[in-house]
Amino acid sequence: MSVTILDPTGELRPATRQRVARPESLNGLTVGLLDISKPRGDVFLDHLEQKLTGLGVVVNRYRKPTFTKPAPVDLRHEIATSCDAVIEALAD
Amino acid sequence: MSNDRPKPVLPDGLVAVVKKDCPTCVLVAPVLADLAQRAGLIAYTQDDPAFPASASWVIDDSDLAVSWHHNIETVPTLLRVEDGLPVATVEGWRRDQWQEFCGVDGLGEGLPDWRPGCGSLSVDPRFANELMVRFSGSKMVSRRVELAALEDEHEALFDRGWTDGMPVVPPTEARVMRMLEGTSRAPDDIVAIVPPDLVECTVEKVAINAVMAGCKPEYLPVVLTALEAACTDEFNMHGLLATTMPVGPILVVNGPIRDEIGMNSGLNLLGQGNRANSTIGRALQLTIRNVGGGAPGGIDRATQGSPSKIGLCFAEDEEGSPWDSFAESRGFGAGASTVTLYPGEGPRVLFDQRSRSAESLVSHLAEMLRANISPRIALQMDTMLVLSPEHMSRFADAGWDRRRFLDELTSRLMIEADEVIIGAGGIEEGMPAFLAGTTIPKFPPDGIHVVHGGSRAGLFSAAIAGWVNGDTGSVTVTKEIVR
Repeated sequence: MSVTILDPTGELRPATRQRVARPESLNGLTVGLLDISKPRGDVFLDHLEQKLTGLGVVVNRYRKPTFTKPAPVDLRHEIATSCDAVIEALAD
Repeated sequence: MSNDRPKPVLPDGLVAVVKKDCPTCVLVAPVLADLAQRAGLIAYTQDDPAFPASASWVIDDSDLAVSWHHNIETVPTLLRVEDGLPVATVEGWRRDQWQEFCGVDGLGEGLPDWRPGCGSLSVDPRFANELMVRFSGSKMVSRRVELAALEDEHEALFDRGWTDGMPVVPPTEARVMRMLEGTSRAPDDIVAIVPPDLVECTVEKVAINAVMAGCKPEYLPVVLTALEAACTDEFNMHGLLATTMPVGPILVVNGPIRDEIGMNSGLNLLGQGNRANSTIGRALQLTIRNVGGGAPGGIDRATQGSPSKIGLCFAEDEEGSPWDSFAESRGFGAGASTVTLYPGEGPRVLFDQRSRSAESLVSHLAEMLRANISPRIALQMDTMLVLSPEHMSRFADAGWDRRRFLDELTSRLMIEADEVIIGAGGIEEGMPAFLAGTTIPKFPPDGIHVVHGGSRAGLFSAAIAGWVNGDTGSVTVTKEIVR
């Protein structure tokens, strides 16, 4: 005899979103650098900023209040509306 | 499942419920026919529509709808029905009782005076679960997953990724319905928004996962309250499950519910063997993983993990403690049942078998707690100290209360920053250099959480180191348990 059980999951149907096309080149683009507030993330991003600026890229720097929580909605919105691409520095 | 089968209305007058597979029913079959003729009796038959007779006064109840809805426990049962509902009942066969009940003389000539009845099929354990699901009007809305006839139900749950790596109890509708009897809350009540997918989690979903974890219905209120506490902004469950650090929610239960549901606050309280301790924390973790979607390798990025991530839940030994309870120390009344969620790693042993004075023991505990997370890290992580009864007796004998103990401990946990700043001793990990020359406390105010528990014998306590504390990490949360 077959058994019927109840689905223990959230039964989500994730929305499918179109990805932004990957840029052919960074030339003339604005790139956001997001520091998640882990130690030495700034060292990594400082280095990247130097490299990117040398390539003629406009760089905007951002910082999450704490690495333990998701980035605030306002910050995500600001990055999405003012940058063409974003690089997120992880940690340590 | 919607309740598309309204409660059957019985015909007014005399009604009998019988089955052929009952020697007493067979014995009284002629009596029933006699009553049908003389007193208009209607008989409902559970297993053979031609028993006691193929006649218009015999009604088929092989789906057991009449028997289940009218709570028939024994056959034969005689009912007197008014306005569609039973007003009086007789079970088994007793001639004088039947004659009085029916107002008819001369019943069952030649039969014995008395015979007990048999069990009704509607309470037969083989069918009881199925009947409850069919007739009780389930409001559950979760997707039904029908497993194939040849599919092993335990393997099927592993295959779908719904376990924590250990077997779970298959959440059939009957089991979930029984689980829901453990709470007064409605199945569609929203308990919390569960990270990381931020899913609205209903009482029903928690009940399903509690079944899988092995909980009894009476544990469900603890699981529900624990989920509420875990999903507060302060506790920050998202961060706790996403971090590379091997931490999880540690549950401490206080108040009368500990004994009511049989929790362990004594021997082996942090270990295996007690069903409530072992399954409540597991149910919380399964709910978060299954509903919120925080699976290892997905959003859960723990570098090495910890056995406590399966679920770690225990009760405080309040009765054996000379101090106020842990919950009272957090502002709750002595009569309140509470659950506290603390973000922590696994328990580690605090060994002291020689201290006979409070001063010696507190000094040694302080020395051991210096290593909480790392001897070079201060203020950023709390600790939960589970003091054993024998260790506690040192402080009780000295007349120390909780405040005195914490003051003595804290005063011994002041650290010369020069020893632990970055670079000191050639070690690159440590406290920031600007603290050089200062003395810093190992823990922030209220950063030492003391709970009492363990067996009467044994000179060990335990410490559970915390995760990042405060607004930037996770704050310990206590909630009163609502039944």
